[in-house]
Amino acid sequence: MNDLLAGVIVAHTDVAEALLAAVRAIAGEDHGLVAVSNRGTDRTSLTRALEAATGGRAAVVFTDMAGGSCAHTAVAMARGRGDLKVVTGVNLAMLVDFAFHRGLPLEVAARRAVEIGRTAIGIVER
Amino acid sequence: MSLVLCRIDDRLIHGQVVVGWGQRLGLGFIVVVDDAVKDNVWEQELYRMGVPAAMDVVFATVAEAAGRLAEWERDPRPGIVLTGDVDTMVALCAAAGAAAPRRVNVGGVHARDGRTERLRYVFLTAEEAAKLQALAAQGVVVTAQDLPTTKPVPIAELV
Repeated sequence: MNDLLAGVIVAHTDVAEALLAAVRAIAGEDHGLVAVSNRGTDRTSLTRALEAATGGRAAVVFTDMAGGSCAHTAVAMARGRGDLKVVTGVNLAMLVDFAFHRGLPLEVAARRAVEIGRTAIGIVER
Repeated sequence: MSLVLCRIDDRLIHGQVVVGWGQRLGLGFIVVVDDAVKDNVWEQELYRMGVPAAMDVVFATVAEAAGRLAEWERDPRPGIVLTGDVDTMVALCAAAGAAAPRRVNVGGVHARDGRTERLRYVFLTAEEAAKLQALAAQGVVVTAQDLPTTKPVPIAELV
């Protein structure tokens, strides 16, 4: 089981923890995700928190907003590394799906998360 | 005045700057004053992520910024100057002479060894606090304020 991917949600204030609580409610406890808040952090301290959250495993890092401090930090941390992929625009649909597809290769898992997340966004017509 | 904000923020360009201040002030350009980032094209691309295409981003060293502050003041678009720490803002003010900013906003200086909490988003060492006080003693209005919708806190209340 050690070759399963880790998932790290990093977002502003309480967003990551709230998303993780929702994943737990839907998918149960075997989700492989860790929540990290950017509250009170600069890039150095947030990088440390993200490193700790991956637990040394290959990981998809889900960030809330492209251009925000969470995404900046994750992208800077992942630069030149083959064991991290950064996904922006995290949503619940991609996280729930990720929980059940952590055995995929890292690149495939990250691309899948983006596709699932995009598919979940739309206007519902009656 | 075209430069509507001179801000110390260790996250430099991020959501609060682009959205919180940017939308409210109708920012046309952002100047990042940071000698290291000025020399790092990859970091510059990173900071451009999420900045609207209509908003220009300029990267400058302290020396370059000191020489261009008057030019940016004449720009008809509202602009913001960012430094990542107290030292850089103090250096910019010193180097700019008569063109130095008259107001400095402490927008985000986060926890680090040796710093103590002054506000939820402002942590300062005794040395940093003294430098900001010295800036205020020179006539610069120094306040802490993370977003335009919050109340500015005078530096005297932080030290």
